[in-house]
Amino acid sequence: MAERKDWWLPVLGGLAFVGILAGGYLALAYAPPAAGFVGGAELAQRIFYFHVPAAWTGFLAFFVTFVASIAYLWKGGRKWDIVAACSAEVGLFFTTMVVITGPIWAKPTWGVWWTWSDPKLVTAAILWLIYFAYVTLRRMVDDDARRARFSAVLGVIGFVDVPLVFGAARWWGESVAHPIVVSGGGFDVAPKMLTALMFNLAVFTVMYVVLLALRTRAERLSDAVQTLKGGE
Amino acid sequence: MSFLRKVGAVAWKDLRAEWRTREMFSAMFVFALLIVIIFNFALELRVENARALVPGILWVAFTFSGMLGLSRSFILEKDRGSLEGLLLCPVDRSAIYLGKMLSNMALMGIVEAFVLPITFVLFNLSFRAVPMLVVVVALGTLGFAGVGTLFSAMAVNTRAREVMLPLLLFPVAVPLLIAAVKLTAGVLDGLAMSEVSRWWQLLVGFDVIFLTLSLMTFDYVIEE
Repeated sequence: MAERKDWWLPVLGGLAFVGILAGGYLALAYAPPAAGFVGGAELAQRIFYFHVPAAWTGFLAFFVTFVASIAYLWKGGRKWDIVAACSAEVGLFFTTMVVITGPIWAKPTWGVWWTWSDPKLVTAAILWLIYFAYVTLRRMVDDDARRARFSAVLGVIGFVDVPLVFGAARWWGESVAHPIVVSGGGFDVAPKMLTALMFNLAVFTVMYVVLLALRTRAERLSDAVQTLKGGE
Repeated sequence: MSFLRKVGAVAWKDLRAEWRTREMFSAMFVFALLIVIIFNFALELRVENARALVPGILWVAFTFSGMLGLSRSFILEKDRGSLEGLLLCPVDRSAIYLGKMLSNMALMGIVEAFVLPITFVLFNLSFRAVPMLVVVVALGTLGFAGVGTLFSAMAVNTRAREVMLPLLLFPVAVPLLIAAVKLTAGVLDGLAMSEVSRWWQLLVGFDVIFLTLSLMTFDYVIEE
């Protein structure tokens, strides 16, 4: 089976690369200093332009895994298994970024690296654990069909669990000041900040698409190699 | 045979096999006691601060010892080659799931029935809270065994099967654990129902959602 040419992939990849550089400039130089933050906290708040897009992208990735898992259980088909698995891996990468950038921001701002009373922190940590288990599970099952079924079941169960984790964590501790950027009435930030944030959100989403495409292609190629070797 | 009879038959066979040796029960029971004892020293538990710490310790003891039972639930079947036999039985897969879940739940329940009063005695807690606590423990055990039975059937077919079950089960069970610990603390503190109602909702919600999901997906997990 010849691998079809994905002409759009290098274009999108180049776009993502330029976008990351531009996004870095927007976040670090273009966006005005945030009011109400002083010293290290002012510098640290710029992490927000990477933290929020990473969180959004991670969640998007797990949602894609959820949908692809349902599709696999419903219709079967190796392609759904590939999409679910690859999206979970990419999502795990972005979620790792979230739980690393979060504490770096929190230390100068809240005075602590971590707090258990914030539902978003707890949810991100549990999310990371669930999808770490997902990736581990895939490596631990040898039979292809069985691996696909097991991980699809976990892809559904893990995602359904997320709102419960969030609810439990929210009731468990009264929330400290996790910034709420998007509130009912609109965005509470300066226009330049909003530009920087929106730009980075778009760039991270494009980067997700690129990573997912590359990862699924690698998986398809490895399938093709197996076929050529006369394996499965 | 009606559906319920089939479920009962599956559960009964597990419990009867366990009754012949009682090896899982004794292992789980002693393990749960060990957890209580180790926490006692690790956290300097005293009668004065027991009320604050006991809910958490109880649930660690329940779930960790429950994990032992859950992981053996399918390993025994697999190693003795009786899983194929079970799958060949003219019963629905959902009956196998429910039967397995009930026997796991019963085993956890028996261990809890021993560990709970012992802990109460050790930390001088009032036995008046017990009836309400039984409801909390039963609902918590239902959810834990419910999703645990599904994951146990998965883990038995993985390479590192003993390691895989806790890795899968604990992150997913976090909301259940939080609700169960909060309710246990609420009952011990004698709080009114209305003050902890959201935790009841979470606990019951978790049970309903994950039992339904497990029933729906068990077919895919057990398929050969």
